[in-house]
Formats: sequence, structure tokens, C-alpha cells
Amino acid sequence: MSAAIVGVAECDLGVTNLSVLTLQAQAVTRALADAGLSLSDVDGLATTGTGRFPATQLGDYLGIETKWSDSTFAGGSVYELMVARAVQAIDAGQAETIVVSFASNQRSARSRKLGGVIEEHTPEAQFESPYDPLQPISYYAMAAQQYLHRYGHDRAKLAEVAIAAREWARLNPAAYRFGADSLTVEDVLGARMISSPLTAADCCLVTDGGGAVVVTSTERARDLAKPPIEVLGYGERSTNMSMTLVDDLTVTGARGAAADAFARAGITHADVDVLEVYDSFTISVPLTLESMGFCGPGEALDFIADGRIRPGGDFPLDTSGGGLSYCHPGQFGILLLVEAVRQLRGECGDRQVAGAEVAVAQGTGGIFSTHNTIVLGVGR
Amino acid sequence: MSELTLPAGDEITADWWAATVERRLLVQECRECGTVQHPPRALCTGCGHMDGLGWRDASGRGVVDSWTAVYRSPRPDAEVPYTIARVRLAEGPIVLTRLVGSDAEDWEIGAEVVLDWLPGSEGRALPVFRREA
Repeated sequence: MSAAIVGVAECDLGVTNLSVLTLQAQAVTRALADAGLSLSDVDGLATTGTGRFPATQLGDYLGIETKWSDSTFAGGSVYELMVARAVQAIDAGQAETIVVSFASNQRSARSRKLGGVIEEHTPEAQFESPYDPLQPISYYAMAAQQYLHRYGHDRAKLAEVAIAAREWARLNPAAYRFGADSLTVEDVLGARMISSPLTAADCCLVTDGGGAVVVTSTERARDLAKPPIEVLGYGERSTNMSMTLVDDLTVTGARGAAADAFARAGITHADVDVLEVYDSFTISVPLTLESMGFCGPGEALDFIADGRIRPGGDFPLDTSGGGLSYCHPGQFGILLLVEAVRQLRGECGDRQVAGAEVAVAQGTGGIFSTHNTIVLGVGR
Repeated sequence: MSELTLPAGDEITADWWAATVERRLLVQECRECGTVQHPPRALCTGCGHMDGLGWRDASGRGVVDSWTAVYRSPRPDAEVPYTIARVRLAEGPIVLTRLVGSDAEDWEIGAEVVLDWLPGSEGRALPVFRREA
């Protein structure tokens, strides 16, 4: 690889009462300032959620013409996909400095729908929507039901994912649950049932928010404001849109995505110091960990037990507080990257993982539909 | 549920919806390679041919692959809780469906189920599943 992330930022998070393009402008300009760059340095843009021509719309708003753009839609993992594409574009010489960004005001705008967004022309509209599944929640709920049943685990062990996320959020002043109390198993199990076995506490937040990352060539990265964080590897899988295509609900496309990314980066599981996994629901974490190969099938809930993924544990995971307790603007993948970079720079204050040199952002979009892995490392 | 408004079929799925008037559950079968698939498509996902697909009547027997009881409906007029499930048909394909005839949480993975119908618009119906009597 010959590209690095040189700037990262969040836009305002939580309940902002701001428009999407204002939040995008915050994310982009703050990330550029973090890098010591300005809008005039940007020759590539990748984004989504700003209209039918997402990157073009954002470019127009920012007042820049781009040599390269990407408006792919692939749910919440698309920012990991876009960083991979950005690296390829930079390697190919098509662009030198690319901003990948996203922002949403879904909480202020009350735009989130329990049934999701199912387009009329799709088979899902005819063969799934008439049954009224919650989308995406009911799919993750069925995955959880299958997982707990097959391996004989109970919901109490799964609750650890939400409990650990809350502990990290309590150390992150930007987190939606920063000032909140610790969670107990009873809190998680006793929360309002949404789609069994998942309660409201098993589900990610619904907030405004977003962020941006600036990618540039390793060469250009050397003389910028912050130490460059190199993109060491990437991988992806795109698997399904329907709730019925995948035969085994407990195995996800993260398997192939992570294997490709780790091979490209030349790392093993033991090299990963910080792991930022898309925690859309508690169940997303054990299934992703197993599919990525950090442990065997059915082992993840024992793997994460005893505080291992909490602050101070030896397997730091979702160190921002994750989608469960920090921020979830609908497509969380951008913030996995922001946190991974900050951890590798040593900027994370009370939640800093000491000596972190390799971080992995593992995005998931849709109903375990898209899987995008980015391996990041401290520049050497 | 009161009478359901069901989706309009298209050139591929109209026959499937029409069969529900006679309370027949169809699956697509490929004469070229034998693949059985659902939902219906313009091509066979087994061999890629577009001209070998026909219909086969499903037996109406299946096994619960997974399920979830839903407590908040996406529609204000739907009664909660209800049970959403993936049922693996005896013919192979997995269908998304509802489980009826038992309490919403009174289900287990591996349960054997049989076809039932919820009446819908224009005499058509939505296939659902219940425990074998």
C-alpha cells in the first residue's frame, strides 16, 4: 500500500438539529484542519447520504471539482470500502488527496423507520415486506436466536457486548452515553423487548453524527500536521440483501473480507492491538469475531468474557463506546475509522490503548450484507 | 391481521401470486440443472440459464430455521407481538414467513411446520406456517 490516513474528525454528534450538509461541512473541514490541509488540496471525494449524486452533491456544496469520486451505497460499511477504493485511486495516480465522509441527522429529523427502506422493485418488497419484519433488527434477532440455540449460550453472556461498550463510552466525552451509569446484565435483559431475543439495550443508538477521513499518498503524508496512519490492507465481501439467501445465519462475509485484508497487510490476528467492529447489535460482535477468525464457532461469548473487551482488558474492542453507547448515525463505519486512527496516534485520553500499533476497522452494512475490512498501522 | 394488501406481481412473479388464489405454494425449478429456488427470478442461480425455469408445487412442509417475536411493528395497525421466521421448505429453499397458531414466543428452532394461509386482497393469500396438528 502507498497511502495513509492523515486527518480524521467527527461532525457534531447526538441531537444536533443541523442539516446533513452542515454536518458534512463540519466533518470535512475539521478532518482537513486535523491534517493541516485545506479544501483546495482535495481532488477526490467519497460520500453517501447527500442525495442521488452523493459525492457530486457534496463537491458542489464544498465548491470543489474532483478528479475522482465514489458514491457507492453499501450501508454502514461503505466507508471502509471507500478507503480501499481511495487507496487504489491514489496508487493509480488518479487523485492525490481524497476525503471520505458521512453525516446524518436521523435523530433530529426523526427519519429512521422500523421497517427499513425496501425498494419496490426488489424481491424483498414482494416476498418479505408483507410479513412486517423489522428491518434490519429482525434479521439480527434471528441470527441471535440461531446462535444462542446452536451453542447453548444464554442472553446474559451476550449482554457483555453492551456492558463493555458502555464502559468505553463512559471514558469518551464525545459519547452519547458518556455521563450514563454502567450497565448490568439485568439492565440489558430487562430492557424493552424489540425483536426477541434482542431488547432495546441490544440495539445500537439512533443519533445524528458522522465524520470524515483524509487519505493521501504516503509521500505527501510525510510532511503534514499529524503522524500518518498507513492503510496496510483491505478486503471486502458482498453477500445478500434478502433475509433468506444466506444458509447459515451465524457465519458472515467478514470471514473472507478479513482474510483478504490480513493477507494483504501481512498480519496475523495476534498483531491486532485495537479492533473496531461494527456493533449494530450485540449479536453483531460475536458473529463478526468468529467469522474474522479471532476464535472458533460458538466460542466468542467466552472469548469476550471476564472483562477482556472492556477498558483495561487485553482485547480492546470498540473503544469509542461503539454504536451501542457512543454514536450511531445510521451508517457507523466512518466512525470506526476515526477511532482506529486516533488510537494509533495515541490521542484517546482516558480510553487510550497503550502502545497500539495495528488497528482493524471491520464494517458491516445492511443485514450482514456488506463486509469491509481496513487494516491500519502506525507509519514506520 | 385484517385482509392484507398484497404486492402486485410482475412478469416473473405473477404466476406465483396467482397460485395463492388456489392456496398453492410454488417454488421455481430449473429443468436444466434441477435447482429449486425462491424468491422467483428471471434466471436460475444454479446454472445461469434464463429459459429453463418452471414451477413446482411445494409440499407445504418445512422446518423452522430461526424465528423472532416482534414487539414493535413497522405499521401502526399491525397487532404485536407476532412471530417472524425463516422456514426451510422440504424442497430446499428458505422462505421468510410468519408462524401462527401459537403464542409469539412459543417456538423453537427445528420445529416441524406446515403451510397455512392469511387471506389477502383479490382472493390472493400470504403463505404462513403453523405447527403440524
